[in-house]
Amino acid sequence: MAGTKWMPRWFYQLASPRWCYEFTGKLLPWCAAVAGILLVVGMVWALAFAPPDYQQGNSFRIMYIHVPSAILAQSCYMMMAIAGAIGLIWKMKVADMVAYSCAPIGASMAVIALVTGAIWGKPTWGSWWVWDARLTSMLILLFLYMGVMAMYAAMENEAMAAKAASVLALVGLVNIPIIKYSVDWWNTLHQPATFTLTEKPAMPAEMWLPLLVMVIGFYCFFAVSLMMRLRNEIIRRERRAGWVRDLIVAYPNTGKR
Amino acid sequence: MQFSSFSDFLMMDGHALYVWLSYGIAITIVIVNVALPILSRKTLVNNLARRIRRESKQQ
Amino acid sequence: MANMHTNTAEVSLFTLFGAVLKRDLLLSFRNKSDLVNPLIFFVMVATLFPLGVSPQPNFLSEVAPGVVWVAALLATLLSLDSLFRSDYEDGTLEQVILSPQPLMVVCFAKVVGHWMTTGLPLTLLSPLIGLMLFLPAEGMFGLLSSLLIGTFTLSLVGAIGAGLTVGLKRGGVLISLVVLPLYIPVLIFGSGVVEAAAMGIPYDGFLAIMGAMLALGCVLAPVAISAAVKISVSG
Repeated sequence: MAGTKWMPRWFYQLASPRWCYEFTGKLLPWCAAVAGILLVVGMVWALAFAPPDYQQGNSFRIMYIHVPSAILAQSCYMMMAIAGAIGLIWKMKVADMVAYSCAPIGASMAVIALVTGAIWGKPTWGSWWVWDARLTSMLILLFLYMGVMAMYAAMENEAMAAKAASVLALVGLVNIPIIKYSVDWWNTLHQPATFTLTEKPAMPAEMWLPLLVMVIGFYCFFAVSLMMRLRNEIIRRERRAGWVRDLIVAYPNTGKR
Repeated sequence: MQFSSFSDFLMMDGHALYVWLSYGIAITIVIVNVALPILSRKTLVNNLARRIRRESKQQ
Repeated sequence: MANMHTNTAEVSLFTLFGAVLKRDLLLSFRNKSDLVNPLIFFVMVATLFPLGVSPQPNFLSEVAPGVVWVAALLATLLSLDSLFRSDYEDGTLEQVILSPQPLMVVCFAKVVGHWMTTGLPLTLLSPLIGLMLFLPAEGMFGLLSSLLIGTFTLSLVGAIGAGLTVGLKRGGVLISLVVLPLYIPVLIFGSGVVEAAAMGIPYDGFLAIMGAMLALGCVLAPVAISAAVKISVSG
């Protein structure tokens, strides 16, 4: 890293697991509070106050879960791939840990999107699963997540696992537009044109406001879950370090995290 | 308020199964994603504390 | 191999490519059974569909494009595990990484060798399978062209998975898990070509897209393969 004075100081700080641990420790309670409030408010709004769709009736309320989780599943994959790339290029342990922590969260988001999409499909299209372009793309995204998670699980050497999984995540990232395009094309061939599952054109404010609240709430939840997993990873990998031992020894006494 | 009574709210005009199933599954997965890290953190910290105690006794 | 002075600095890329390709082909031909196994698997998998689903000609001719493609895809997947394995186990791979020769050229040559011993024979055998599955005669040329282009893409992308898993003892199913999502676009367009050909619709557009995927693979895959192989060897 010689001669890299143009890197801002926070970039070096980020590389320190200890600094990350302390920073996330301060950030976590706030994020959790915001996430909790936004999700509760959003859900109540979506369930009780948003208008039902004139065609789909009340099952349209599933959108307020389906869309945010789909957005999160995709953002999380991008984050995982970028964190993996940073870990590969700059050999930053923290970046590897972030990528590792992202994977299960993103996979859960993909599962939520798929399950809610399937359940939404039943009253809308009459069957529990439809090979619709978006659902199929989300399924393939879930497969990509599972491949990355399997890669982490298969290798005991953590550094090697992180590198291999990062390469895989990046290859998957390049493939995602290709997969989307091919599934869209395949779907136009094999599916009669039906109205789309999400995002009717020009949603009125009573509909997109709660959706926005839910999307931001889900992002905050993602940050909370990521930070919690990251902190566990940091403790686990840095367990030999002095600051971790001091922390553990002081843990039951102070209750401060 | 889109519904005239609480039982109307629960029934969701006949779409109750779909709406509540979706929301229920989503909430469960969200809670699991928060509960699992908390649980594994407890185990992690306890194991590490035990190991530190063992090592300090050996010295 | 005594005449192949590949470890000197002045050797050209073409000489390197030729030397690696020749070595790989030579090694493959020593185990003739390894060459034939993917082909037998290909035929057997294609046979499973009439047996497991329905032997009706109408049904089979409808699903033939997809079935032949899925069978070819699975046969390629199975043969990928051995791409780097023997070189990894006897240390050749490590030597290649350490040598001053560009690893990407070596990896690309290995993929070409793999395709010549799996993808190409599969493509040549495919009309027979098409016949078994009542693929209309108009579809045959589409079958051949889509498989010719597609199997090379499959070898390229699959080699990434092979490189990532070569260091693992129980890599077997992992490579399939890792590589199958990446195969899906190739499958969609490949079977699309055959279906269009069977129906008499022009399919040049789909072939062009497959060519584009092949070109992208040729450019990007060797980068990923060399990274993967370096990671596996260093672990």
